[in-house]
Amino acid sequence: MYGSGRIISALLVFVGLVTFPIWYNAGKAQQPPVLQMPAAEHPECVRDVLYMRTSHMVLLNEWRDDILRKSGPRFGVTTGGVRYERSLQKGCMSCHRDKQNFCAQCHVYTAVDPNCWDCHLEPTSEEALLSWTNEEVILNEEVILK
Amino acid sequence: MNKDRRDFLKLAGVTVAGIGASSAFHALLSGEAAASGLRRAGVVKTKAETRLGMVIDINKFIEHRGLAQRCIDACHSIHNVPDFANPDHQVKWLWTDKFEHVFVKDTHYRQAEKLQGTPVLALCNHCDNPPCVRVCPTRATFKKADGVVAMDYHRCIGCRFCMAACPYGARNFNWLDPRGKNERGNPLIRKLNRRYPTRTIGVVEKCNFCAHRLAVGELPACVEEAAAYEAIFFGNLNDPQSAISQVLREKFTITRRGSLGTRPSIFYIV
Repeated sequence: MYGSGRIISALLVFVGLVTFPIWYNAGKAQQPPVLQMPAAEHPECVRDVLYMRTSHMVLLNEWRDDILRKSGPRFGVTTGGVRYERSLQKGCMSCHRDKQNFCAQCHVYTAVDPNCWDCHLEPTSEEALLSWTNEEVILNEEVILK
Repeated sequence: MNKDRRDFLKLAGVTVAGIGASSAFHALLSGEAAASGLRRAGVVKTKAETRLGMVIDINKFIEHRGLAQRCIDACHSIHNVPDFANPDHQVKWLWTDKFEHVFVKDTHYRQAEKLQGTPVLALCNHCDNPPCVRVCPTRATFKKADGVVAMDYHRCIGCRFCMAACPYGARNFNWLDPRGKNERGNPLIRKLNRRYPTRTIGVVEKCNFCAHRLAVGELPACVEEAAAYEAIFFGNLNDPQSAISQVLREKFTITRRGSLGTRPSIFYIV
């Protein structure tokens, strides 16, 4: 083959560059985010963990449409009998006060960029500091199954 | 009679066109009647159980000069309304304007001299027949069962059709980020109310009749501020026993631009 030396070495460099992300990250497993339980007065969330993990936006949209358009109730009660405000800003964030470690952690991990906070106000940094216990919830299926 | 193939085809074509044209004409005509908005233009009245409304006593605001501004401040601080200094960018939920601007002279040949220049409180009229709701392409603006014309800012795409439709100037567009700062470095929303959201650049906003306060049994902020002076009355217009119905029975009131057929729910005692 004419010029085989140059062609083959250039091909090797090209393949090496293209597969760079694979071998650069080889052996380094991406860790799922580790969330902490909020230190709030409420012992349980409005729904179970699995539902909240997959469908919290569905829930928020239902609250919004019900309250805004149909003058639906502003408060709800969990299966455990805990009264909560059906509101992102006044409900969710009253327990999950640390937006960075609650919302952002998973949203960054899964590369989603919701625009909630363009309008809604996140808790202040002082409020956020008050919000965590030492209990950790690790985001994998074993914890849910237990 | 001798019919050849050509004549037969001609006749068949004309018949089919005739049938098609008449049914198409009827389909268009029935749609046209609905689209022309006879019902919406006030020929047929809606009869809901609740229709929230407001009566503003202009005389009380003349007596108490600072009251209007206090109402505005209460409203704007609760709802995180930004203060853009440039009048072209102004955002307002509750505001004052001269009497002759609030009640335009085009259908009123001679307005009372003494009222000229008097500041009059103005806000969204929460019309029974709201043009802003008709034009909104995303249904971000809608009319609730209690008569409040409300907005879902999540759905607003900032097309500003509603601003063109509203004859009262009750709607404003956020040309700039309301969370931003003015040229002197001060925040446009002086003090954030952390119990209520802000809006974002590119959406339209307006008075919501304090739906969030009504839901928890409070009166609208402006009504509460003016309560001590009996300057603003608020309640269900369709309940003959309500305080506002009492006021409307006893006092002579006017609405803004009644000739347009929007049927405002804000009444003024002059």
